[in-house]
Formats: sequence, structure tokens, C-alpha cells
Amino acid sequence: MVESVIERITRGHFWDFHGGIHPPEQKMLTASKPIKQLALPKQLIIPLQQHIGREGDLLVKIGDKVLKGQALTLSTNPMVVPIHAPTSGTISAIKMSVIAHPSGLSQLCVFLDVDGEDTWRKKTVCADIEQLSNSEIIEKIADAGIAGMGGAGFPTHIKVNSKTDINFLIINGAECEPYITADDLLMMEQSNAIVDGIKILDKLLTPNFILIAIEDNKPKAIKALQQATAAIEKIKVCVVPTKYPAGGEKQLIQILTGQEVPSGRLPIHTGIVMQNIATCFAINDAVRHDIPLIRRVVTVTGQALNKPQNVWALLGTPINFLLKQCDVQAIENEQQPVIMGGPMMGFSVSSELVPIVKTSNCILVPSKTEMPSAFEKESKEVECIRCGQCSDVCPSQLLPQELQWSAKAKDYPQLEKLNLSDCIDCGACAYVCPSQIPLVHYYRIAKAEIRQQQQLDLKAEKAKTRFEARNLRLEKEKTARQEKHKKAAAARKAAMNIATPEATGAKSAVAAALARVKAKKAAQSQSQSQASTAEAQKNLAQSNELATEATNPVDEQKTEVAAAIARAKAKRILKQEAANKPISSNEGVKQTVTAQLEVSQPPSNDDKKAIIAAAIAKAKAKKLSKAADAVKSVNLAESTAAEKAVNLTDKKAKIAAAIAKAKSKALAKKANQETPITTAEDIHLEKIKAVRVESKDESDSKANAAADKKIRISAAIAKAKAKKKLKEARNLAGTVKNNDQDSG
Amino acid sequence: MAFWIASSPHNHNQTKTPNLMRLVIYATLPGILAQWYFFGWGNLIHIGIAMITALVCEFTVLSLRKKPIAHELLDGSALLTALLLGICLPALAPWWISVIGTIFAIVIVKQLYGGLGHNPFNPAMAGYVMLLVSFPLQMTLWQPPLSLVAVDLNFTNTLTTILTGFTVEGYSVEQVRNTLDGITMATPLDTLKTNINQGLTVLESLNNPVFGDNFALGWEWINAGFLLGGLFLIFKKAIAWQTPVSFLISLFICSFIGYSMSPDSSASTMFHWFSGATMLGAFFILTDPVTGATSTKGRIIVGLLAGLLVYLIRTAGGYPDGIAFAILLCNMSAPLIDQYTRPRTYGHLKGDK
Repeated sequence: MVESVIERITRGHFWDFHGGIHPPEQKMLTASKPIKQLALPKQLIIPLQQHIGREGDLLVKIGDKVLKGQALTLSTNPMVVPIHAPTSGTISAIKMSVIAHPSGLSQLCVFLDVDGEDTWRKKTVCADIEQLSNSEIIEKIADAGIAGMGGAGFPTHIKVNSKTDINFLIINGAECEPYITADDLLMMEQSNAIVDGIKILDKLLTPNFILIAIEDNKPKAIKALQQATAAIEKIKVCVVPTKYPAGGEKQLIQILTGQEVPSGRLPIHTGIVMQNIATCFAINDAVRHDIPLIRRVVTVTGQALNKPQNVWALLGTPINFLLKQCDVQAIENEQQPVIMGGPMMGFSVSSELVPIVKTSNCILVPSKTEMPSAFEKESKEVECIRCGQCSDVCPSQLLPQELQWSAKAKDYPQLEKLNLSDCIDCGACAYVCPSQIPLVHYYRIAKAEIRQQQQLDLKAEKAKTRFEARNLRLEKEKTARQEKHKKAAAARKAAMNIATPEATGAKSAVAAALARVKAKKAAQSQSQSQASTAEAQKNLAQSNELATEATNPVDEQKTEVAAAIARAKAKRILKQEAANKPISSNEGVKQTVTAQLEVSQPPSNDDKKAIIAAAIAKAKAKKLSKAADAVKSVNLAESTAAEKAVNLTDKKAKIAAAIAKAKSKALAKKANQETPITTAEDIHLEKIKAVRVESKDESDSKANAAADKKIRISAAIAKAKAKKKLKEARNLAGTVKNNDQDSG
Repeated sequence: MAFWIASSPHNHNQTKTPNLMRLVIYATLPGILAQWYFFGWGNLIHIGIAMITALVCEFTVLSLRKKPIAHELLDGSALLTALLLGICLPALAPWWISVIGTIFAIVIVKQLYGGLGHNPFNPAMAGYVMLLVSFPLQMTLWQPPLSLVAVDLNFTNTLTTILTGFTVEGYSVEQVRNTLDGITMATPLDTLKTNINQGLTVLESLNNPVFGDNFALGWEWINAGFLLGGLFLIFKKAIAWQTPVSFLISLFICSFIGYSMSPDSSASTMFHWFSGATMLGAFFILTDPVTGATSTKGRIIVGLLAGLLVYLIRTAGGYPDGIAFAILLCNMSAPLIDQYTRPRTYGHLKGDK
């Protein structure tokens, strides 16, 4: 296979790629003139990033004096390529400035005020590259800041640091874009330096064959290189037919070897490396002469210039300096396009201050007569008539007309099906389109949108995996927990069967629950008997509500709080008594309250509740004068209460409160007798609390002195009891006491 | 200073769709001249009527659709449609035939589907078929070649016949269509079909003066004219060569098979090539890019299919010529053919497109 490729090449037979066009070349504008050395510009604008990758770390600051060839940035990463001072001078600014970008973006640039002396930093010229190891050479290439000078700007030191076997090293001197003659002139004038550069590449990559591809419209360059390589068996100069885009990497590989680079892969995967002519020249400069990449040949051309020519431009030279040097005709209107690169793939720059960078090979300033389409303000686009001329010229054998429909419809899956990603943006389709559809423009937009979508998809995919991992973990934890609970349950069961202290505790809990149920039943019967009282109480509450409508919600809330406290207390007592006392009817009532509320409320801190209860009890004691009134009104309201049906929504709470009150009434006398029964005290507290709400509002208006006294006494008793009761929570009870004194 | 910003490529070969349409219109001239020479002014008058109608229709629809009228009215596509329809019509058909046909072609077949570039069917052929199906009597008012006509069919006579149905001297269409021998004549294809159906052999039929010295009097020259124009278009790369070539080869093979199997009841290969609308269809209608296939393979398949269909319709169908029907059927199948004939993209293996 390889042999036949070489045989074909030596015979001068090449493969052809699909499609291609022959736009007017216009290379004669500049091809016959030598590369001109320019005077130094006054200021250079050097963008930090001039290649594919990332920008390096700045080594200089404003005010620094730099020498020619001095590094301005430091490479900390293989994808970072340093930049160098193209001449000596002072750094006057480091700021954002418009760069060579199709969208006219700004980027951080070093502004270098040229001192005109052009003083070099110390150079170490390498006499014999044979003494250098490959890694030393690669380091030199990396330090010289060399990136592919054909257009893409891929860091060269990565490309030449290949571990795989290289079959073909292809030196791309096709220069298929119309107008551009930079590589042509470089080959004519510097063929020996280029071949020296190729030899360095040969040493690094050790390819089987080296092919230098030049389009047949550059006879002088072909001759120069043939002479320079005559002695080297390995290097073949291949004269390929002129057809745009023969200089495209994939197309040139197809022309020379008949192979296609598989979609989505790099040429290196098929054992092919391609380097640009200008890159070879720069490699030689860097390795042999220690000259970093600080200048390049730029074709400044177009019929709007009086002196179109090739120039050696320092990187960072603003475009307006070059245009002046080439005698630009007066640009009379704003519509003058200035194109960086060729007419097919170049982009129009937005400002005259855009600097030359490592990838800029041409500045094209066309006149209106030679390139009318570049001047059109509005697209002349008409409907596609499916003539298919675009697919006839597409070098990737795509179907531009179908791509165009899908791009307009934003049908991205279909675009991917039609292999939009294999489009090389060569512009052949748009060049021939009779409907003047800006096809490449549509594809660029679609590609950008697809890229964005892919990034979003990637993000979403990551988020999804994260979410799924979390679910999995939660599921695991849940099963582990269930397992643990199961074990614990089994242990409990076992423990209950064997009589242990724990087991008895558990048993007593069951017994308590049973007792509660019984008590509930008892309470029900009791509550029936006391229904009238309860209703009366209710009526009282209603009347109070009517009296003070504004504070109504507050009242209700308070009732609830009071009830809750009562419940808590009752519960605690129940627990104590259930363990060691037979259940009395009074206790049963309390238990009812507890049981009813336990259903809805989780057990909370008893101590806290007790404290709150005590506090409330005190507060209530103050207002018990109203309670006395309330008792009176209960009797008054009894008759009407009996008539009314119980239809309140918070039945339970109210019934409970009513029961508590009723009981408290009954127990009031007993309490006076000072029976030291803890349960009675609690009931008393409950009563006070329950009544408190109703009495509160009235307390502001009137105070019955006599009643007040009585109430105070009872309150004091209640407090004393509460104190006793709360011995366990003594530290907290201290505050309670203080409160008591305040209120007393 | 800010420069003018544009997207690449900045250069263009300056071809334009209107230029392409104009080129196709010019390429029909040899055929039209032959038609004029052998059949008089009839078709030219119809072409004129159709063109005026087409412009009026296009203008109306474009203004209704709020499209840039100046831009699209003169892009030549409507004129080309009218021209092709006018060429196809029987020379002595009444004027309203071209008017109705053109209105249908432009308004319904072209503009209602979205205008230039969006019509699934060739407007001229769809218009022709509509006329053929709707007005069979008027659409068979074929005029014999001038050399066989008794009445002097000058411009005025033809014009009044088309407009009123009578010549200046008062001859009716039917009288005009009578030959010197007093026989009403049809096209060679029609005559041959009728004769074969009546049991005559091809050789016997060829005695009919309508066939002339070679294959079909007048028609062979018209076809030669369109062939010339078509070759010019291929030379100018205005049309793809694959479609006409594969179509003609397909028709040749089909007719050759038919002829070698039964020479008595089958017309010769050259008769099929040089009679009816074969060359017009091959180079001017089948190559309509909008309604055809776009891939190279697809174009070849469409051509082969059209050749087969034309032969089948001519020999076994109810109509003497089958170009219009065959082309409409191909238009229908073109998107499907395109779907299955996508080329292999660079860097992709066969199969994984």
C-alpha cells in the first residue's frame, strides 16, 4: 500500500478529492514581489493568546523595559504557548483590546512602546542540532512559542511530540486560498531554512516519508524546494493540481495518500502529521538560532491597495500600519471590508487596530469591483432551488442544501445525521450558490448551537448520574435502617418474653394504654352527665367572644394552649399513678384528656410544660376574679345552654376544657380544705387555666376585690403545690418562683 | 476606524438564480423555432398568453403573501413555467386553456406550496395534466404540420382561431385541422396508437403523411431543437447531465426491448426519442432541480424511472404521450430517492453515513 502510494507520487499521479472550486486566484498581485522588510511601528499590540489553547501567565508589568525576544508570558501547561517581545521597548499598558477574531472580541493585550533600538536579548545559537536530544528540541520549540501558522494555531510542540509511528510527514505548501502568497514567497526566498526545519521535524518524528505538497500554480517555489531537497531521498516534492480547498488538511491527505481521515479523528491516528511551511521555517529559527516566533510573512493584498505585497510583519503590528505601508487607497465609506485571511475562509476585522498574530497570513482589502459580494450590506439570499451545485463542490461530500434546511429549522439531530460536524467551513458551497444563500454562516450558527447544546447535555447527564447515585445511596440507607429496626424489634420481642426490667417497663406501658382506653370510656359517660355544664361554659365562651370580637383568635389560641398544658400535666400524673395506683374516676377524666390529645400530639418535654403551666397558673390566679364571675354566669346561662345543640368544630378541646372546669368547680371546696392530693392540685390548675381565657378580657374592666382576694389565696395554694410538684425541675423552678412573687 | 463586517466566504462566483432561469429560457429557442417553422404561430401565441397570465398570478400571490415583489417577480421562474406550458399545449387550443393552465400551475402548484423552491410538483406539468384530464376535447386539438394543412394558417388566422374558434375566413377549428386529403389528423404518437389498436402494423401506419420521411413530420425537428438546447445547458453546467442521459438511455432500452420482441406492434427506439415531448421532458422538465432528486445517484434513478414510465404509458396507457404523467410520478418519488441515495461523507465508512 505504502509503496504504491510512493510510486504514484513519484509518477506524479495523485488522488482527487470530491468537489472543489476554482475561484479567481489573484495571486499575481503579490507573487512577483520580494518580501519587504518594514520599518518598526511605534507601538505593538500583542495579544496574550494567539493560538488554540490558553493564555500564559504574565511575566511583565506596566513600565517594564523588555528586550527583543524576551518572553512576556510563561507556559505552565502544554496547551499554553508563550509570547515574546517582537522588539525592544517599554510596556506601556496591559489591557483589553480588539483582537483578530470573527466576532471582534477583545482580549488581554500587552502594549509595547517600541524604542527603535531593536536590541536582542542574549541568544544561544545552536551549532549542531545533532547534539540535542529530542526532548531538548521540543522544549526549544515550546519555549519559542510556535503554534501552527497555517490558520488553526495548534501548539506545535504537542504535534511533534508524537509517540506513534509516523508514516507520512506532509509539509503543506499548497496555499490554496486565493490572493495569499505568503508561503509561496517564503518557499522561494527561504527554501534552505525551510528544509532545515523539515530536517528537525524528521529527527523528531522519524516518518517513513516526507511529502512537500505545493499547488502547481507556484512554479518558482516548486523549483526552489526541489533544488533544496534534491540530495534528500526521503523528501518528495509533490506538485498537486490547483483546486480550492486542496490545502485543507483532510483534502491534502486524500490527494497525496488516497486515505481519508476517519470522521472525528486526527490525522495522527492514521500515522500522518501535517505541518505548514511557515511553521517549518519558525522551527528552524527557534532551534538553530534561538529566535522565538516574533514575526511572520503576511500578504497584504487587494485592489484597494496601491502597493500590494508580502511583508515581514512583527507579531502585534496593527493592521493600519501595514495598510499604510502598502499605500491603501482612501477608504471612502464605512463599507470597506478588511479581511484577515483569504477571501474564502478569512474573517472581516472590525477595527484598524487589530494586530497581526501567529496565524495571520493575509490582509485582504478588496475593491468593490473585484469582490462585490463582500460589500453587500443586505444578503441577496433567495429561496434554494435545490440545484445541487453546492453538493457538487463540497469537498466533504455533504449535502449543503439539506443541511441548510435543517439549520434554518434548527433540527439538530438531523444536522448531526447529515454530518454537519464534517463540514470544514471552506465556503465552496456558498461560493457557487446561485441563490446566494450564506450557507457557511448558517452552519456556523448551527455548529455553535449544537456545541452549546452538547455542553448542556453533558451537564444534565452529570446531574442525572449524581441524582441517581444519591437515590441509590438513600435506598441503601433505608434498607439498612429497616434491617436495623427489624433486628431491634426482634430483640425487643425476645426481651419481653424473658422477664427483664425493661420488659416489665414495656408491659406497664401496655397496661397504661389499656387503662387509658378504660378511662376514656368512663370520661365519656361522665362528660354526658356534665354536658349541660359544659355547654354553659361554651356559651360563656361565646358570649365572651361576642364581647371581644377583636381578640377572638387570640382567645381561641389561648384556650388551646391551656388545654395542651392541662393535658401534659395530666399525662405525667397519669404515668406516675398508673404504675402504682388504682384508677379513680377523677383520674379517669384526666386520662381522657390525655388520651384524646395524645393521639394528635407527640409527647414533649414534661418539665418544660410543667414550668409553663406553673407560670400560666400564676398569671391566671391574678385574674380569677373574673373566674368567679364566670362561675356565676355559668349558672345563669345553664338554661339557654341546655337548649342549644353542640355544634362546635373544636368539640374535643372544648369538651375537655369544660370537663376540666366542671371538675374544678366540684373540687374547689375540696381544695380549700387543703387536701394534699396531688391530683386535686392538678385539676385545680387545669381549671384555672381553662377559665383563664374567658376571664382575661374582663379583668381589664372590672375587679371584684373580694373575689380577687379569694382567688389570690387559691392561687397561692396552687403555686405552693406547683412548687412541690416541680422539685425535679428545681433550677427552672427558680424562675417560676420569681414570677410567682411578681404576680403575688 | 471600523470596517465593514461580513461572514466568509467573501467572494462569490456571481451566479444568480434569475440568470439560470434566463439561460434555460434561451435554450428553448431552437425547439421553439422548429415548432414555429412546422406548426406556425399557435404555440407562440399560447406562450404569450401564458406568460402574461403567469406574471399577473405571480404578482397577485406575491403581494398577498407580502413577499418582495420586485425581487421575485422577475426571477424568471414563473416565465419559464409559462413558457414550458405554452410549448406543450395543442397549437389551436382556445385561449382560456393556457389561462386556466397557467393559473393552476402558478397559484396552486407553485405558490400555495410556498413558492419557488418549495413546490413538490413541476408546475408546468401539473398544469398540463390538469388540463388534459379536465378538458380532453380542447387538449386534443392538435394541428397537423403546416405543410399538410389546407387553410393558410398565418398569424392572424391562428390568433382568431385561438381566441374565437374560427379563422378570419370563417373556418372552424375542425376544418382547419383537416389535411389536404380531408382527414383530421392527430399527433404521430396518437396516430400510431390508434392504428395499432385497430390492428395495423407499424409499417402500415408509417404510410400516414403525419410521420413524414423519418419518424414524425415536424416533431423530429422540434425534438432535435430541444436536444440542441439541452446540450447547450449541459455545456453551461446549468443542468445536471445525469438526468437526461439516464432518461434517454432508459427509454431507448425499453423501446428496444419492445421493438425486438414485437417489431410489428412497437415503434422504433428513435421514434420514441424524436416524437412527442421526449427531448423537452428530458432536458427542460425532468431537470427542474426543485422537483427532482439532488444527489447524483438519485438523478440517475429518477431518469431511469421516468424513461420506463414514459414507455409504459405510451404503449400500455390510455394517453398517447406520457411525459407529463411520468414526470409527476417521478416528482413524487424524488424525496424518497434522495433519502436513500445520500453520498458517503468524507471520513465515514460505507454504511455508517
